[in-house]
Amino acid sequence: MHSTHTSEGDDASPPASGLWGWLNRRTGVDDLLRSALDEPIPGGARFAYVFGSGLLFIFISQVITGIFLALYYVPSADHAHTTVAYITKAVTGGSFLRSLHAYAASAMVVVLFLHLSQTYIYGSYKGRRELLWLSGCVLFGLVLAMAFTGYLLPWDQRAYFATAVGTNAASEIPWIGESLKRLMRGGTEMGTLTISRFFVAHVFFVPACIFALVAAHIFLFRKAGAAGPVSEDPYHPKQKVELFYPRQVLMDLSLTALLIIGLGLFCFFVPMQLGPPANPADAQYVPRPEWYYLPIFQWLKYWHGSAAIVGVLVIPTLLVLAILAVPFLDRNIERRPWKRPAAMGGYAFVVFMLLGLGLRSQYLDRHDPGVAQQLAKQNAEEEEYAHKPFEPELSSASLVAANVTLADPLAAKGKTIFEAQSCNACHGDGGVGTAAAPGLIGIGKKFSADQLAELFKHPTAKMKAGGMPPVDLPPDDLRALIAYVESLK
Amino acid sequence: MVEHAGHSEDTPHKPFSLESRRSFLAVLLGLGSFCVGTLLSVPLIRFALFPLLRRTTEVKESPVGALSDFSSLTEPMMRTLKIEQVDGWRKAVSEKVVYVTKDAEGQLRVLTSICPHLGCTVPWNKEKKQFVCPCHGATFAADGRRVSGPSLRGMDALETSIQDGQLLARFQYFRQLVADKEVIG
Repeated sequence: MHSTHTSEGDDASPPASGLWGWLNRRTGVDDLLRSALDEPIPGGARFAYVFGSGLLFIFISQVITGIFLALYYVPSADHAHTTVAYITKAVTGGSFLRSLHAYAASAMVVVLFLHLSQTYIYGSYKGRRELLWLSGCVLFGLVLAMAFTGYLLPWDQRAYFATAVGTNAASEIPWIGESLKRLMRGGTEMGTLTISRFFVAHVFFVPACIFALVAAHIFLFRKAGAAGPVSEDPYHPKQKVELFYPRQVLMDLSLTALLIIGLGLFCFFVPMQLGPPANPADAQYVPRPEWYYLPIFQWLKYWHGSAAIVGVLVIPTLLVLAILAVPFLDRNIERRPWKRPAAMGGYAFVVFMLLGLGLRSQYLDRHDPGVAQQLAKQNAEEEEYAHKPFEPELSSASLVAANVTLADPLAAKGKTIFEAQSCNACHGDGGVGTAAAPGLIGIGKKFSADQLAELFKHPTAKMKAGGMPPVDLPPDDLRALIAYVESLK
Repeated sequence: MVEHAGHSEDTPHKPFSLESRRSFLAVLLGLGSFCVGTLLSVPLIRFALFPLLRRTTEVKESPVGALSDFSSLTEPMMRTLKIEQVDGWRKAVSEKVVYVTKDAEGQLRVLTSICPHLGCTVPWNKEKKQFVCPCHGATFAADGRRVSGPSLRGMDALETSIQDGQLLARFQYFRQLVADKEVIG
């Protein structure tokens, strides 16, 4: 907006010197900053407008903490839980960081709801702001998708079963439901492919969409301009303008500070827990979603059989379409809530329903003795697991040796001979091979027992050249040694 | 609110006083944000620098046995060590043969059975009262001293410690074919 001044230079203010001046001449950062900070707000700064930048702050914080968590996390059914346990129990600051990432997800849903409510109640979607509203709605969906996909990644009991139920709900959709469920899970059952899919969605796909849509959302917001207070005309603002900087910036920062302090204290004093690893065979487990999904969870309970299509598909689709269509349906320029009874009634109804369903779900859980007891037991198990010290995962190389000892006594005897005869000095422990001699794993497939016995007693010229001595053992010991070598897989 | 909206002039940043007030605040805000940012990055930095603050890869000390087992030692006693090698969030468990013996002063020593010549497993020979390597014939005394053969040094003793009456040893590999003991991992 002031570019003509600065680029031609210097009649309004003397040219900036030093590093800042140089940087500015090369980048025009000053203009950028000005156009960002000099956003005009009709009617002046207000605390009601702080939620958008609060969301942006949480999103950036999530990106940063997420990147750091990925330093130790491994997305596979074998390792996911171990690595999250390592983060929470072993790594310095790990419990705090994971808590921050998990609690900020909840905070994001809360602030998102406040942002949406403010926009709706203030009628700020009116006056050529349809795309702004639509991009916001899509962002809401994306944030819920982030919460859903991120929830599975620790692969503890709670995460596993909540996601099992969540993906199962998709199969209620007629015709495509079953395929949709398999697509999300990467198969008919929950497993390591499910983690891969959820991880990719959570870390690459959905965040990329969010970045793009946040950019679009901010662009559209600046293009349409701030709507101002409810008394303002949404098309042609007439009230006195105050610039975004400094007062609105300070107000926005105060929400940010509140979020930092609130989340920081929460993460420090009530860190997020990690339950015992997912056990798909646990038929007793009572799954419960995170609090923001409770209303949907409760809602789905009411719809079964042939009516399911109404509750699972028709009503939610209509509700989503109605929300998306708000700026198209409501063309009146009136923004004062008390003059918009239908709009406010609809809002109150939806909020009341969500709240009611969520509370109903809680109430039912508390008043069903069986469920309450099982939930208490699950919480106790979580608490108990959380206080156990970290136990590293046994690597597969160790398991080979362990399995042999268990499986076949002859092979176990062969293992002691293998070590006593120093075979492992060159062929490595468990026959994994070293620089001095090749590995022996899978050799049982290439040679029969008789061939192996022959090779042991009379090594080939090539083997001798490599330093392999003839094996001179009593027949029983030789049989045991061959059994062990054949067991190396 | 409206009365506070003070930028109604046509050129809002011309008045000098306003501009300087705004930039003073900007510096204050910048400084404040920087401080808060620094504070917030502390857990992140600690998280990322964890491998510098603690050991993330190590060979744990393995129990060899109770001290009382070795009090009346007359010749080297073979023991199988269970070695736990920690690698971040995973560990590998393997077994290695060691010999518990005494040196000239009667102190316990734990010898690895890996020959310092070319790495064969050296057994104790009861008849000869010596360690005799089956590969190239290196021989060592009961306390691990080199006696004869191609090895350039005696058998390698492991780092040991005593905890609650238990003898512990940290298993390590040593470079072969050199005269001085040198840890390789």
